[in-house]
Amino acid sequence: MTPETRSFPGAKRPDRSYRHNADGVDIAVYEWGTESNPALFLVHGGSDFAGTFDVFAPLIAAAGYRVVAWDHRGHGDSEHAPLYGWDADIRDALSVMSAVTTKASPVIAHSKGGALMMQLADSCPYRISAMVNIDGMPSKRRMPDVPDHDQSRLLADSIGSWLDFRHEAAASERKPGTLVDLAQRRGKMNPRLSVEWLEYLVTIGAQQDADGWRWKLDPTMRFGGFGPWRPEWASLRMAALTMPFLGLLGTFDEPMGWGARPRDVLPWIPSSGRLEVLEGIGHFIHIEEPERVSTLILEFLS
Amino acid sequence: MNTVMLQHNKVTLALHEVRPGTGRPLLFLHGLGESAAMMSALAVDWDGPVWALDFTGHGDSSVPAGGGYSSEILMADADIALRHIGEATVVGRGLGAYIAFLIAGARPTLVRGAVLIDGPGLAGGAIHATSNSEITSGGDRTGTTPDPWALIELSRDARPPTYTTTFARLAVSGSGIADPIAVTCKVSPPWVEAIRAEPGVMIDITLQDALDIYAAV
Repeated sequence: MTPETRSFPGAKRPDRSYRHNADGVDIAVYEWGTESNPALFLVHGGSDFAGTFDVFAPLIAAAGYRVVAWDHRGHGDSEHAPLYGWDADIRDALSVMSAVTTKASPVIAHSKGGALMMQLADSCPYRISAMVNIDGMPSKRRMPDVPDHDQSRLLADSIGSWLDFRHEAAASERKPGTLVDLAQRRGKMNPRLSVEWLEYLVTIGAQQDADGWRWKLDPTMRFGGFGPWRPEWASLRMAALTMPFLGLLGTFDEPMGWGARPRDVLPWIPSSGRLEVLEGIGHFIHIEEPERVSTLILEFLS
Repeated sequence: MNTVMLQHNKVTLALHEVRPGTGRPLLFLHGLGESAAMMSALAVDWDGPVWALDFTGHGDSSVPAGGGYSSEILMADADIALRHIGEATVVGRGLGAYIAFLIAGARPTLVRGAVLIDGPGLAGGAIHATSNSEITSGGDRTGTTPDPWALIELSRDARPPTYTTTFARLAVSGSGIADPIAVTCKVSPPWVEAIRAEPGVMIDITLQDALDIYAAV
């Protein structure tokens, strides 16, 4: 079967793609730009994949960078791993980055990728020369106004539901649909992005089987809504960073965003950095306005 | 020893029947880097069948590539075992004590008392954000148990007291048992210290005394 294709203005598939073995997990890596140029790493967010940089990455590469991105384990074309975890994601990142260069390099990271890279920058400051964090600066989450006993019940339900799912995880698979179906589903999570873009994403982030399209994201990756990690821990790490730092924040809340507001983030911006608030933009800042954002970032990096 | 292999997503778990019996089962959960075989030697007086689980990456269970361990995944291992043996009293050592405690809060109607005893992995990691060391290799022991990634990741998983006290309260409110948690540990890392102060948590009690109480529940 020849998969349906879509094009999108400005979108360019990577110049190179290859596989990388990260401690036994097969990771898909992509590069834009001349291989001999200095490396710059792009890091995607949760439930995303490197192809979401298809417009943004070429703009950065055109400025003279070897832009390297990868699909996180369980995402895009990387292997569906048996286990997933924050430390494992960071370790995979370090493994991919080390295979490209051991020199300190600039990193541009979005959403969960931003929080991951702040932890990497905190533990390995010698690996990152400059950090751009695109709406990946979680702060103390605003809790809904529900009584304690209701919160306990919701947590109990959430844990029970997650445990139930673990029993069935081995047999789980993503729901098939038409290309348009998948774009519409994703549109619920990305309400500010155009239909044309979402349909393009389906053609590079989903696979077409006999019964329809399915997102490649590992269906066993269901987040439980509980755990010991606290979003504000990312703020503590951010405040301690010493490399040049640029934080970008939009002003529209979206389902896949952290809900962080400028007043939540500003107190934690490191002394080496600044926060830029882009009015009228949502969580996917670099996708909504790739030209404006790439210009801003390239000025910062220069 | 009879062993049953159970599937937890891509991991195969080994659940060992240490000895048969009549009545409610007892489930042993081992410490970090240990295995069910080490727990099987634990001398307890219990009428029901005694089972011991090898966690993911330990003992006879399979080893996932590339790590990614969390205590919550091991809690799900324990839940897989409980679905096989049914309602049970759980005894956990070290890391297994933490998992026994978590599953008591998560499945309060299935766990009829959780007894926490000292052992490797009891402390866990920090209770707040810390800098991690750069670790790029698990050595040349790929595929062997205990999995080096399990040792690294599960020895430093965060266990903030506010998180653990929540599980203590879930166990109390959902189990219908007056004191569903028994802490026999001499060592008291912050998470244990936090739950010692919670209602429904027995302290200063021996393993056998706690089991006698839970046998009568």
